[in-house]
Amino acid sequence: MFGAENRPLDTPALLAARGLCFSRDEETVFGPLDFHVDAGEALLVQGDNGAGKTTLLRVLAGLLRPATGTVEIDGRAAGIAERAHFVAYLGHLPALKADLDTLENLHFLCGLHGRRARQMPGSALAVVGLAGYENTLVRHLSAGQKRRLALARMWLSPAPLWLMDEPYANLDLEGINLVNRMISAHLRGGGAALVTTHGAYAAPPVRTRALQLSLQGVVA
Amino acid sequence: MIAPGTEPGLWQTARALASRDLRLVWRRRGDALQPVLFALLVVVLFALALGRDPQVLAANAVAVVWLAVLLAGQLALDSLFRSDAEDGSLEQWLLAPVPLSWLVLVRVLMHWLTTALPLIVISPLLAEMLHLPHDQLPMLLASLLLGTPLLSLIGGMVAALTVGIRRSGILVALLSLPLYVPVLVFGAGSVAAAARGQDPLGALLMLAAGLVVALVLAPLATAAAIRISLS
Repeated sequence: MFGAENRPLDTPALLAARGLCFSRDEETVFGPLDFHVDAGEALLVQGDNGAGKTTLLRVLAGLLRPATGTVEIDGRAAGIAERAHFVAYLGHLPALKADLDTLENLHFLCGLHGRRARQMPGSALAVVGLAGYENTLVRHLSAGQKRRLALARMWLSPAPLWLMDEPYANLDLEGINLVNRMISAHLRGGGAALVTTHGAYAAPPVRTRALQLSLQGVVA
Repeated sequence: MIAPGTEPGLWQTARALASRDLRLVWRRRGDALQPVLFALLVVVLFALALGRDPQVLAANAVAVVWLAVLLAGQLALDSLFRSDAEDGSLEQWLLAPVPLSWLVLVRVLMHWLTTALPLIVISPLLAEMLHLPHDQLPMLLASLLLGTPLLSLIGGMVAALTVGIRRSGILVALLSLPLYVPVLVFGAGSVAAAARGQDPLGALLMLAAGLVVALVLAPLATAAAIRISLS
């Protein structure tokens, strides 16, 4: 475990939450939360079903507005528009069009979000093990293959912070390894990741801290 | 720090979205014909109900064509954002580094191109079925060209508001049809005025002014409605 005291004081955290709290219909879903993620570090968000893991990621991505608190990026408070340049979000929904093939989907998403230097949609397909499926319509892919295609989108994204909601869902053992390898490579390149899981059974072999959400409140 | 990548500009995102929409329409070109067939059927039903007297048909032709186009566009409205909301694409639009209202504007214009423009293309045929005098046809086309983008932009706001509701077909109609009234009045009214020998320019200019206002304001309202619907 690496605490805040191990962080060099002169570099601000890649992402920091200050007193972040979200409530729906006047009922608190999570918070107030204070945490930070440094470059080269993964934060595992753990908790039972309904503890607010997905909601936390959606708030950080800017899909939901927090009730109170701020999100800072590189030490500066960042609104929703600034965060769009900064986060890549892998949610429960795949964001893939069933009537387009895998390459067309990736080309569109690259056109929408930009592309990481020296990465192309074709090579990203090979990274996630979908080489040979370039012209397959997404409606003909299995759930696990769709998940891999969504991972290829993350791989292509130029954003330094990955927000991954249950990235291990629907994946076989080899796919779980793939997620871990991708996260490791992303962190080695100076990125960071927030990963939700409901258990500690799968974790990337990198510098990892855990944020435990529970129905009663934050444990650690 | 991470290797700097390429961030898309406004035109790049617009091109990506436009080519995606055209591909999707082409893959499901059968569905794309539905509004056209619907408008044809509405005109046929009106013709049957009005009887065979060409003068009666001609007198009502403009109103019938305008209503057929308006109702066909209304039916196509639900497809504007629904599939993108259901498969999570809208979430990714929200996270794009360009304003959501820009993406919304591009999407509405593409939707207009693929649903309303075919209706305008066949409207001379519809007018012919109803014995519309030929000298009124240019006016009808002009009013449709100005009016239907306005209908799409207004309808887009309603579609965005209801995109979070599972079965919203009739609700979309109940919310959007009252908003369509001024467009219908000035659109069909301009042709009727021209047929009576009056100057139709005033009505057309009202439509054009409405279109300019809607081009600026409707995408902002639609984007706000999408954010509300998705949260």
